Amino acid sequence: MMMGLIEPFLEFSFLRRALAGGIALALSAPPLGVFLVQRRLSLIGDALGHAILPGVALGAALFGLSLAAMSGGGLLAGLVVMLAAGLAARGGALREDASLAGFYLVSLALGVAIVSWGPAQLDLLELLFGSVLAVDDAALLLMAGTATVTLVSLAMIWRPLVIETFDAGFLRAQGGRGALWHLWFLALVVLNLVAAFQALGTLMAVGLMMLPAVAARFVSPTLSGQVVASVGIAVLAVLGGLIVSVRADVPTGPAIVLCAGALWLALLLAGPEASVLARSLRRPHLAR
Amino acid sequence: MTPPPLVLDNVTVAYARHPAVHHLSGRFAPGSMTAVVGPNGAGKTTFLRTLVGELQPESGRIDRGGLAPGAIGYLPQAAALDRSFPLPCAEVAAMGMWAAAGPFRALSPAERARIEEALSAVGLRGFAARPIATLSAGQFQRLLFARLLLQDAPVLLLDEPFTAIDSRTTADLLRVLRRWHGEGRTIVAVLHDLELVRAEFPDTLLLAREVIAWGRTPEALTAENLFRARLMAEAWDETAEPCRQDEAPRRRAA
Repeated sequence: MMMGLIEPFLEFSFLRRALAGGIALALSAPPLGVFLVQRRLSLIGDALGHAILPGVALGAALFGLSLAAMSGGGLLAGLVVMLAAGLAARGGALREDASLAGFYLVSLALGVAIVSWGPAQLDLLELLFGSVLAVDDAALLLMAGTATVTLVSLAMIWRPLVIETFDAGFLRAQGGRGALWHLWFLALVVLNLVAAFQALGTLMAVGLMMLPAVAARFVSPTLSGQVVASVGIAVLAVLGGLIVSVRADVPTGPAIVLCAGALWLALLLAGPEASVLARSLRRPHLAR
Repeated sequence: MTPPPLVLDNVTVAYARHPAVHHLSGRFAPGSMTAVVGPNGAGKTTFLRTLVGELQPESGRIDRGGLAPGAIGYLPQAAALDRSFPLPCAEVAAMGMWAAAGPFRALSPAERARIEEALSAVGLRGFAARPIATLSAGQFQRLLFARLLLQDAPVLLLDEPFTAIDSRTTADLLRVLRRWHGEGRTIVAVLHDLELVRAEFPDTLLLAREVIAWGRTPEALTAENLFRARLMAEAWDETAEPCRQDEAPRRRAA
């Protein structure tokens, strides 16, 4: 049994690379997801994920199917949409999520249009859902670099980010430059989605960010606990997803997201904190 | 601790041209303790948020005497915060140290001890590690007072600090308020309980979109003034003319 799980990784070097990259992403993306959940911006990941697509497609159409061209284009498009939505929310009457909904629908349509017009090897399904075979050394370095930058950044901006998330008005009143931390944080979200799109696809990259974060709510009652738990859940999902992907011949992105989804459902039902089981267990109440 | 006075000069704050408060002029003296009283919709919260700098007045000027942003402590209405947020009490209280610690510096053991002290001072001894989601409304308000204590601000603006809170908690928090007053801090608090205002607050600003009365509490809270404040129309008048008080100075300028 154990051998059956390890064997594919021993046999295929591309799987080992995907595993290393996946674990790197599992370390950095879910903590961002935890903050997105607390900021009530759970859907922003989807929006930014869609926003990356036209950038990736345009990069490929103009400069060929290289990692640098596609990632650079995706990063640029993601940052532009992030800033545009932020500005639209600040200047207009719409909330940020409403502006993002507008931007991402346009981005997705634009992305699909550019893909159909770009080079023939550009495969829409592969862009949306990823391919484990696409993880070459350069992509692996991008993932590892992203994880490093994200974790170091997060450690640095942890305090202002937590305060800004809990009580933005307080930080503003203290002259704490709330917008800076917010934009820094969103830039990390974009960076993680871009780093993940080759292996997971622009759509599925969001899954690795959000599902473990949502599931972590059922593991720990504190923010730091949830961040740690989300990483653990994501690492399990990557491991399980890669094995399922090889054994059942399912694309990697959906396989990993399905595993994360299964963990989420399991924890929702039987997690130690606020789950269906924890709520229904009638333990005698304490004397004081 | 002598904060500078807060001086308002003809301040107007409007939403979509309809004034939330207009033509406010006056002065909060250093070390004064003022209750802001008025009917719902009188612009009390808008007024506080403008005073703290969160809203910009449409016209007029507020002179804060060069106070740094962090030197004004602001207590929002408790309902404005997400009380299910996964943080322990100590970390919420510690936010009050932002001005001292900034975004990056680690807290020293002495500062950590001050957090414990502040929690004890508001009656939350032993609550440091408790998630805020488990607090009652009164305990949560105590926690926000602990954050203000740590902020150590010379000017304190409190928005309905005693709403939905039992009498014992109110009494405890009033003790904190009296201590601040004794230390010479300027206090401005939005309140609904007139008994409490008469008993505890030397000064009162009676607000109904405009200043009805501003002065010593017994002179401000007369039956006649309170009646005038109640006459304030709550509904927006869509056919309202531009405010005439604005035209006089404009004509003078021209």
